[in-house]
Amino acid sequence: MLDKNGIAKRIAKEVKDGYYVNLGIGIPTLVANFVRNDISVEFQSENGVLGMGPFPIDGEEDADLINAGKQTITTLPGASFFDSALSFSMIRGKHVDLTILGAMEVSENGDIANWKIPGKMVKGMGGAMDLVASAENIIVAMMHTNKAGESKLLKRCTLPLTGVGCVKKIVTNLAVLEVIPEGFKLLERAPGVSVEAIQNATEGELLVEGDIPEMDL
Amino acid sequence: MIHKGVKDAQEALLGVKDGMTFMLGGFGLCGIPENAISELVRLGISNLTCISNNAGVDDFGLGLLLQKHQIKKMISSYVGENDEFERQMLSGELEVELTPQGTLAEKCRAAQAGFPAIYTPAGYGTEVAEGKETREFNGKMYVLEYAYEADFAFVKAWKGDEAGNLIFKGTARNFNPCMCGAAKITVAEVEELVPAGQLDPNEIHIPGIFVQRIFQGKHYEKRIEQRTVRPRN
Repeated sequence: MLDKNGIAKRIAKEVKDGYYVNLGIGIPTLVANFVRNDISVEFQSENGVLGMGPFPIDGEEDADLINAGKQTITTLPGASFFDSALSFSMIRGKHVDLTILGAMEVSENGDIANWKIPGKMVKGMGGAMDLVASAENIIVAMMHTNKAGESKLLKRCTLPLTGVGCVKKIVTNLAVLEVIPEGFKLLERAPGVSVEAIQNATEGELLVEGDIPEMDL
Repeated sequence: MIHKGVKDAQEALLGVKDGMTFMLGGFGLCGIPENAISELVRLGISNLTCISNNAGVDDFGLGLLLQKHQIKKMISSYVGENDEFERQMLSGELEVELTPQGTLAEKCRAAQAGFPAIYTPAGYGTEVAEGKETREFNGKMYVLEYAYEADFAFVKAWKGDEAGNLIFKGTARNFNPCMCGAAKITVAEVEELVPAGQLDPNEIHIPGIFVQRIFQGKHYEKRIEQRTVRPRN
């Protein structure tokens, strides 16, 4: 079973040379730490920066330079700043190659819910609805089950949706799955995790064809 | 040169009234019009509708207006990190219209650019699209979203000149440029106000035509919400 860094490490393998990538808050943010350093990638933060770098050195933080999680950041050579409308032109206009975001629930038809728990928590959708409605290459990074041990990979989402039929790939602490018309297709198992364990943690339709390899991390 | 400079926040906010709709720039606490917000608190006007991506934190930014119950309705994309906001929203004291971030930006930009409405794919199939007109273009569904109508836009820039030209810094740019000229009156506050002619026209992000009043803010706290650093070694 993987921890959050393990999930991020596996997702980093999906980041290819020449990609512009938008990373959501939480596990997705960790992906930047594991991207191969022999490829060229630029990270976009939807509040208005391309070419995001690591956190600043203590004492050099700048209140005017933050990411979408409101964390202080730095920029790398080639970086640029822009306003919110232009930022979402990049996203809606499909100029961003890969979007990685977290989720509370994903359904077997690719719906995603990640912005609201009625009566409990309403933080808002931020840029998530714009991202999932437009991006063609979306990877969800999340734990396979919630804190109560219930599956987050469902037949139908129970929480208010963020987007419909948009998720293509999911990387969890247990598995890598692809969303296809018939359901969740199991692609890879986390080290030491059996197909049966993944089956037990998946409420939606899980499709298992042949031998399922372990993730190569 | 058309002169846009005013003395201070007090003069810049002349004409604001109870019940008005305001746009306020900023993302989190980054690039917020701190001096305009302080003046709104001082004036004590209420029943306000505020269009702003976030709602500040409990004791800073728009949180200051929330504390004093001056806001009737918030239009935002993300409102976490603010307990008083959450309390007022759950108790029904505060009306909240949550809008996808890109849609919020584009509804401002549409107002600035003279478009009555725009079609966006964001929110289709979700509760955000409930009751809204939808339409198919090239096999994909879109939601009709109307341009905002606001009385004042309060924006913050890094530098500006007496002609109202603005230059932003870093990610403090965010929603500020989209809101310039998107309301009946745009009030820009800057850290440094210079005479016309001192800013290179090539470097201007927002031309003064979109700004009616500009002033140099008295003080900027520029609070950091999440200080994340690497050790120095």
